Amino acid sequence: MTFSPELEARFAKMLESYPPGRTRSAVVPMLLYAQDEVGHISHELIEEVARRCKVTPLQVDEVVGYYSMLHKKPQGKVHVQVCTNISCLIDGGEELFQHASKTLGIGNKETTPDGQFSLEEVECIGACSWAPAIQMNYDFHHHVTPEKLDKLIDELRRKQ
Amino acid sequence: MSDINLTIDGQAVKAAPGTLVINAAKQVGIEIPSFCYYDGLQSVAACRMCLVEIEKTPKLQVACTTPVAEGMVVRTESPTVREARKGTIEFLLTNHPLDCPVCDKGGECELQDMTFRYGAGESRFVEQKLHVDEQQWSPVVFFDAPRCILCYRCVRVCDEGMGVNALGVINRGAHAEIAPNHFDHLECDECGMCIDICPVGALTSGMYRYKTRPWEMHHVGTICTHCSNGCKTTLGVRNNQIIRGNNRDQSGINGEFLCIKGRYAFDFVHSPERLQSPMLRKNGALEPVSWAEALSAVAQKLKEVKARGGKFAVIGSNHTTNEENYYLQKFAREALGTASIDHHRTGDVPTLLDALSGKTGALATTDDLYNRKAILVIGSDLSQQHPFLAFQIRANYRHHNAHIYTVTAGPVREQKQAVRSIMTIPGQELEDVESLRDQLKAEPELVIVFGDAIKGDGVHKLVAFGDSLGIPVKYVCLVDYSNSRGASDMGLSPRLGPGYRPVSEPGLAYDEILAAADLDVFWVVGANPLKQNALASEKAFVVVNEMFLTETALRADVVFPAASAYEKNGTVTNVCGEVQRLKAGLQVMGTKPDLEIIGLVSKEMGINIGIWTHDKVFDEIRTSVHGYNIPLPIVASGGAAQTTPVNGHVPASSRPDLIQSSRDTLFTSGSLGRYSKTLSSVLEAPGGLYSGERP
Repeated sequence: MTFSPELEARFAKMLESYPPGRTRSAVVPMLLYAQDEVGHISHELIEEVARRCKVTPLQVDEVVGYYSMLHKKPQGKVHVQVCTNISCLIDGGEELFQHASKTLGIGNKETTPDGQFSLEEVECIGACSWAPAIQMNYDFHHHVTPEKLDKLIDELRRKQ
Repeated sequence: MSDINLTIDGQAVKAAPGTLVINAAKQVGIEIPSFCYYDGLQSVAACRMCLVEIEKTPKLQVACTTPVAEGMVVRTESPTVREARKGTIEFLLTNHPLDCPVCDKGGECELQDMTFRYGAGESRFVEQKLHVDEQQWSPVVFFDAPRCILCYRCVRVCDEGMGVNALGVINRGAHAEIAPNHFDHLECDECGMCIDICPVGALTSGMYRYKTRPWEMHHVGTICTHCSNGCKTTLGVRNNQIIRGNNRDQSGINGEFLCIKGRYAFDFVHSPERLQSPMLRKNGALEPVSWAEALSAVAQKLKEVKARGGKFAVIGSNHTTNEENYYLQKFAREALGTASIDHHRTGDVPTLLDALSGKTGALATTDDLYNRKAILVIGSDLSQQHPFLAFQIRANYRHHNAHIYTVTAGPVREQKQAVRSIMTIPGQELEDVESLRDQLKAEPELVIVFGDAIKGDGVHKLVAFGDSLGIPVKYVCLVDYSNSRGASDMGLSPRLGPGYRPVSEPGLAYDEILAAADLDVFWVVGANPLKQNALASEKAFVVVNEMFLTETALRADVVFPAASAYEKNGTVTNVCGEVQRLKAGLQVMGTKPDLEIIGLVSKEMGINIGIWTHDKVFDEIRTSVHGYNIPLPIVASGGAAQTTPVNGHVPASSRPDLIQSSRDTLFTSGSLGRYSKTLSSVLEAPGGLYSGERP
């Protein structure tokens, strides 16, 4: 499996940045960056990362299963992550999540049939001061209300 | 460092520094319950069952990772501890299906026992249980995730114990489950260690599952008949059928260890191809006949050939007991009057004993491989050919940080632990060993384990090398089969009698027997020499004791159906010279042990060469075979006693050209392996030597 030249360069540098014999340390960052490029973590990707980091595919799979930000199923083009942890919960995060689910017509960890959106209820994303907060791919949106969310989704739909 | 004093449940306890509380308690007979703690494997403190109260510590502590400290006061039965155990069991049972009535483990399950002893009678959880369907990972390993309590024992034994690392844990929290190395299946040694070590019924065996309740079997501790390591395997037998093999009681030299052969490859016993009636050649074809007819046909022929001074030859077995081998050579030498007796030699034991003349304590035991500070392996893929010896060496490295050296013709698993590995070219082993001289000299002691690459003169050179190091050196000469060593010791040899006594008039050796055109009678006991060779003598009357119609049996004039090692009593000697007892677990209709067959033939011939019960013959061996005067109570009680080496020169060349390992892998076992369905059913079979690590 090969990646874009930029990513390949990044991986090459990554593998050199750990002490000798510690290539397994690169498993998590390699998975994260590769997921961004490939879209999700496939069997093929797991085997490739294992080969590059000199661990067994099962050891990579253990990591993938442990971290909720690594996805084995393909995500939507926009991955909507609604925080329902304490601060957001108090400020209506739970209702926001229910609303998002209704608007998009999908449940937690599901993807719309057209593959444009996926939804996930996530733990704290570190934006407590601006609760309730959501994250769309890597973009943060603060003080989100149901109306604001609908607008955001509408805009994105139109762009696509 | 002096012992540490502590108090456990009011009892004063002395323990060595570093002892874990759980073990200190065990010393004084206090059991602290635990699931994940397992002697010899790393502690993970995953199950929380061993929580105890330690004075001056605010919270309960896990006894499996807490080392003893001076003045420590531990309570293992306080109300708080009892409450905690109840809670832990309640948590462990949250998603457990409680399907004990149909679970293989029911009746011998640690979770059942703990719940019975420490658990609460009821659960407060009313939520729906998580269910995951059962998975089959290989023909011998099944996994039922809901029963799993995530103690990590299987993961650790596969990684640390076996060095295979085929199991892991995926997902997290309540969804965490054990996973095999190839997404939906296993590629590993298929040893089943994970199944035996599982405290619950999560990992089950393909051979055993849903066959029986454990209390319906009787358990027979005997010795595995496949390789030369001599592992104790406990056969679970019901209605004259072996249903499982394991060693959960950790008795015997091998502790909990067994490979796929010891655990699963007993099924050849029940093969439909098993011979259950004597066969006699009539009008050119082998036909089943009665024992009486077959015995009299053989006895008549033998008497007739003996009377006219005809030529006899015998090839004995690497699988039969010491008693049978002893009795066979006695029969050949005394009743038939021939010295032409041999067996398939797989290691040069006679030359090693010769080279060690005058030394005592120079033969290593299996225990030495676990305890000695340095091990040198020459010319063997130990993990494939001698899995228990490899297990001992791995454990030695893990527990004692032993220095391991390998000199092999290809990649082997032991290299992972080795301080130095040399890839050698076959034939150059000794030169490469020489290059390790300075490093080996610096070791306090050494065990040298060598395969058939070193034989004849090479053995003398190797021992000279060992002597020149100036440190105590012990040796293991690797041989292949369950009683290869015994066959050699009992004198299945044309030049050497029992105990390596010289023979005044040597007979024909293995190759000479097969090449002799004028052979009148050729008797083969439990061997298959005609698989690769032809028998030159066309007129030879061939008698074969066999379990199956092998290539050799097909050429026979009379075939006696032989009992397997699992169907007879007696002793066998393993690769390290340790004598252990075989115990009959069952009988297969129509077969007889080789000892009885030989006895009956000699009786039919009207020749008395002594009583043919195994204990009488063993008595004779103990008094007449050098080195076998071993303590009877040890062997009789199922222990292993090492034979003492001959302390004088072995007066004959060992014919190094005849010494050839059969190069069996973990998944082959000579002729026996062909009739074990399980052994050949796994994905990895037949495997190969020196193929290194599997992906």
